[in-house]
Amino acid sequence: MIKRLSECIREYKKASILSPIFVSLEVLMEVLIPTIMAYLVDYGIDKGNMSYIVKVGVVLVVLAVLSMFFGVMSGKYAAFASAGFAKNLRRDMYYNVQKYSFSSIDKFSSASIVTRLTTDVTNLQNAYQMIIRVAVRSPIMLIFAVIMSFRTSYQLALVIVAFIPVLALGLYLVIRFAHPIFEHVFKTYDTLNRIVQENLRGIRVVKSFVREEHEKDKFKNVSNEIYSDFCRAEKLLAFNAPLMQLCSYSCMILISWIGARMIVASGNNPSDGFTTGQFMSFMTYLMQILMSLMMLSMIFVMITISRASAERIVEILDEKSDIESKEQAVMSVKDGSIVYRNVSFGYGNMSENTIFEGDEAENRKKNNHQKYCLKNINLTIQSGQTVGIIGGTGSSKSSLVQLIPRLYDVTEGEVLVGGVNVKDYDLNVLRNDVAMVLQKNVLFSGTIKENLRWGNANASEEEIKKACKLAQADSFIQTFPEKYDTYIEQGGTNVSGGQKQRLCIARALLKKPKILIMDDSTSAVDTKTDAFIREAMLHEIPDTTKIIIAQRISSVEDADMIIVLENGEINGMGTHDELLKTNAVYREVYESQVKGEQENG
Amino acid sequence: MDKSTIKRLLSYVMRYRAKVLLVFFCIIISSMANVGSALFIGILIDDYISPLLIQAEPVYTGLIKALVVMGLIYLTGMMATLMYNRIMVSVAQGVLKTIRDEMFEHMQTLPVKYFDTHTHGDVMSHYTNDTDTLRQAIAQSAPQTVASFFTVAAVFISMLVTSLWLSLFVVIFVVFMMKITKKVASMSGKYFFKQQQSLADVNGYIEEMINGQKVVKVFCHEERAKEKFDEKNDELCKNAYEANKFANILMPIMNNMGFLLYVLVAIVGGALAIRGVKNISLKGTGILTLGAIATFLQLSRNFVNPIGQISQQLNMVIMALAGAKRIFSLLDEKGEIDEGYVTLVNAKINGGQITESDSPTGTWAWKHPHGDGSVTYTKLRGEVLLDHVDFGYTENKIVLKDVSVFADEGQKVAFVGATGAGKTTITNLINRFYDIADGKIRYDGININKIKKADLRHSLGIVLQDTNLFTGTVMENIRYGRLEATDEECIAAAKLANAHSFITMLPKGYDTVISGNGSDLSQGQRQLLSIARAAVANPPVMILDEATSSIDTRTEAIVQKGMDSLMQGRTVFVIAHRLSTVKNSDVIMVLENGKIIERGTHHQLVEKRGKYYQLYTGAFELE
Repeated sequence: MIKRLSECIREYKKASILSPIFVSLEVLMEVLIPTIMAYLVDYGIDKGNMSYIVKVGVVLVVLAVLSMFFGVMSGKYAAFASAGFAKNLRRDMYYNVQKYSFSSIDKFSSASIVTRLTTDVTNLQNAYQMIIRVAVRSPIMLIFAVIMSFRTSYQLALVIVAFIPVLALGLYLVIRFAHPIFEHVFKTYDTLNRIVQENLRGIRVVKSFVREEHEKDKFKNVSNEIYSDFCRAEKLLAFNAPLMQLCSYSCMILISWIGARMIVASGNNPSDGFTTGQFMSFMTYLMQILMSLMMLSMIFVMITISRASAERIVEILDEKSDIESKEQAVMSVKDGSIVYRNVSFGYGNMSENTIFEGDEAENRKKNNHQKYCLKNINLTIQSGQTVGIIGGTGSSKSSLVQLIPRLYDVTEGEVLVGGVNVKDYDLNVLRNDVAMVLQKNVLFSGTIKENLRWGNANASEEEIKKACKLAQADSFIQTFPEKYDTYIEQGGTNVSGGQKQRLCIARALLKKPKILIMDDSTSAVDTKTDAFIREAMLHEIPDTTKIIIAQRISSVEDADMIIVLENGEINGMGTHDELLKTNAVYREVYESQVKGEQENG
Repeated sequence: MDKSTIKRLLSYVMRYRAKVLLVFFCIIISSMANVGSALFIGILIDDYISPLLIQAEPVYTGLIKALVVMGLIYLTGMMATLMYNRIMVSVAQGVLKTIRDEMFEHMQTLPVKYFDTHTHGDVMSHYTNDTDTLRQAIAQSAPQTVASFFTVAAVFISMLVTSLWLSLFVVIFVVFMMKITKKVASMSGKYFFKQQQSLADVNGYIEEMINGQKVVKVFCHEERAKEKFDEKNDELCKNAYEANKFANILMPIMNNMGFLLYVLVAIVGGALAIRGVKNISLKGTGILTLGAIATFLQLSRNFVNPIGQISQQLNMVIMALAGAKRIFSLLDEKGEIDEGYVTLVNAKINGGQITESDSPTGTWAWKHPHGDGSVTYTKLRGEVLLDHVDFGYTENKIVLKDVSVFADEGQKVAFVGATGAGKTTITNLINRFYDIADGKIRYDGININKIKKADLRHSLGIVLQDTNLFTGTVMENIRYGRLEATDEECIAAAKLANAHSFITMLPKGYDTVISGNGSDLSQGQRQLLSIARAAVANPPVMILDEATSSIDTRTEAIVQKGMDSLMQGRTVFVIAHRLSTVKNSDVIMVLENGKIIERGTHHQLVEKRGKYYQLYTGAFELE
């Protein structure tokens, strides 16, 4: 885990090394200063020697300024290194998430990914800063102080040493019990985030069902859980300070007793043995030792908290996408022909190790023992054809087409595009030539133009306009006061469903794809506009293979081929007229849509 | 530093007044023990060890007694430390919980507009990143600061006892030191606020991108998504660096200023002593002894150390205030205004006389209290009237112009029109997601502004095109419509919506857990569930906004039967593109550019040979 994380230090290695070096120098100064101060007191003030005071004073001032410089530098480098480390962590995580297949995103849930990229990284950033500064400082301080204390008095130093294991054991116990609680807290954080996220998205549902109270209850439950977990964990950590005090106070009393007897025994004669002056400096060392131990215990606490975070971060970093480009991948798509050969597909087994807790995990596992949702599909589509797909709700229409740009991989069989297995293509090449307008489509916050340029970053104004005209979007964009520079809110809440769909089509068209898949993407567009879009496509992009999933027969009836899907199997295939004659399902769908119109017509 | 933020934050802490007082008390004891241990060594040497040295036969009983007393003091101090640390945990966590709960509670009252105009990730950041900053600040920094203050005060008194001149010198020096601290702290404060802002920005960006991940992939947009992320990430890194840099250098500056002070005191004290300047102290005047200077040096060290500690804690406090500021800005966001006083009650009707009932009767009535104290009851019928309504989402852009609609009890009213004509907007107005600019909307003859929002929305069922389900079982999701519905009622509703058959196909049936945004159900299945959810709510008025757009027509034809029985006896507003869905409506409104241009039944409209007819026959050019 540490190895994996340390890979993210990269260009901040220099700062990460400089920081502890400066800290060490600072500590050196800090140890030197009290020693020299002792001279100032013993030989300057006690003797009333003013010139000596000034002389040593100047040395001390120089040392203090140096120490300040080292301290400032180490602080600066530590901040630089830890902020940079956090940046790299976030970057690596985000880049890896971009590589994820959908099954991975489903596995983590988007709310959890967000918490990991923010809260968890911040925890680690703080811990890292602590480690390269304080974690270096305390042990060095400890070593110096222990050496000095042994030099001063061997017997008294042993008293201190005797207390160290007591302290260590105490700290170990505290951390051992606190860590699992912290681990749990972060999982609860995911749940909290999820509830807030779902609430934000479904706010219209919440408000229209007047479920504010219900939502509050849900929230309060998690909030309570976090409260009680944190209380339990931190109350354990609260033993740290008194434990420290127990050791330090006991040391002081013991040392006072033993020290006093030693002084009396030696008659406070420096040549004979222990003196009051030595006694006092010994107490200073004792305080330094205990302070370093105290700091170390605080670092342990930090590490305890951040260990849970670190594990969650590594999970994100280590997740391998199961969909990746092959080495020596095919770099161009010949044409828009598509072949399905004995294809079966199921979403199953992907979430076996889904990260959910308790009951939820149980349920999920059981959910995933489902059968294939596509069974033994064989299909050949010529380049440039228009193909319609019709099928009932849950007949796996979307699953069928998502295999073409490799959003998911087939479970059995193979899908060929341009005569080549999709798995042999470079992913970017394949997806650049296969444009897909998704059923649940998303616009991003930004202007219309920015959104459209997703299709082609370098598209000229004319190209954008042309694509929008094709998608019948130009006319309504023109009615906006700011036209193509109109700002779209997150999720596109400020345009209507039909407008959104047409913008999404335009975005896909800008890619100039060899295959265009429209997954029920005109459902909110009126029939007439729908017809215009189809007609424009037929004439403007004749070489592009067009796959149209639709519910309206009218959307597909002119297609070169219509596929009827039923329960994940091809129920019929052919032109509109053929299917009307041969396919019962198709006829039924057709009648359900046309019958009413004839009655009134 | 922002005083009002501190004050407000303190008001949360002060809700635990008794505990805070106890903590305060414990801190005093604990820091007294601390100061005691600093003074103890001097006393030990001067009062116990030195006398022992001149005794021929040293008697240790006095020393033992002193040590025992000291031990007891330490023990008390330790217990006090343990106590305040533990109590503080529950205070801090309690405050955090209160703040989280209040935020969420307040968020529920915010108008839909707030949610439409804020990125979700940014809002989520308040609950995690911003709240987290408060945790350490309250639990650790606050008590440590208080403890340090006590130590400073105690040491200061000891200093005054030793020497007034030197104390004065120290005070001047410390004031100077505080000036520097303040400057550095304000710099780090500024950047901490920026850091929290860019953290929220990154949070928002990640949230949006991950939810649109399919689109990102389909468009091979990964590289560009990374570029933009890098930009935001760099910004965050820069602010975090600046903030932490200033925070980190504070401690070494304070520490070494402490050394400087030490040296200066030694020089000044030495000079004063050698010149024989009279010493003034609380104990009286006299000569400045060398012993006094030595003591004073020790004291000055003890004086500066806690000040350094305070300044270090300051970082945490500054960061916490940055988080608190953002939290309070959410809490200060204006909630939905609800001046409604007409409520929905269970009613009994006896010969035209409506009386209120405590138990569910299946009949509902509007309870309308009047200014003179009298109360009238109006039966809930589901009659909706829009009277010359104007509306725009922003003031300068009017979406609806002079729209009038009348829906009688049990009628089915359909809205047809090009996308963007304002159909959805009308439904947003009826349930008061947005408030109209001009005109009136009446519900059973009552102006909807007078009806309590909750009761108004209770009486309206709504099925939206964007189905939003919540993580939980299928059963829980259906029950969302009416929390007290029995399993049987939920299943009946599912059957009505034709969702029953696919639910029973799921591995655990109604107990299958679905995730809010996962890919486990198809869009059409989600719509069926949301119809079932509305059905179980059983409201007198239903709004169906493209409720069946993702359901195939064959399934829709089956659902239609259920829908018809669902609509039976209810006032229904339907928005749909499929004319087959709206054809049997009692009245169809054709909207264009925010205006109603035609209205009538299907037959009337067809006979009229107007826009509807053109639309119906496919000859209508919409734009």
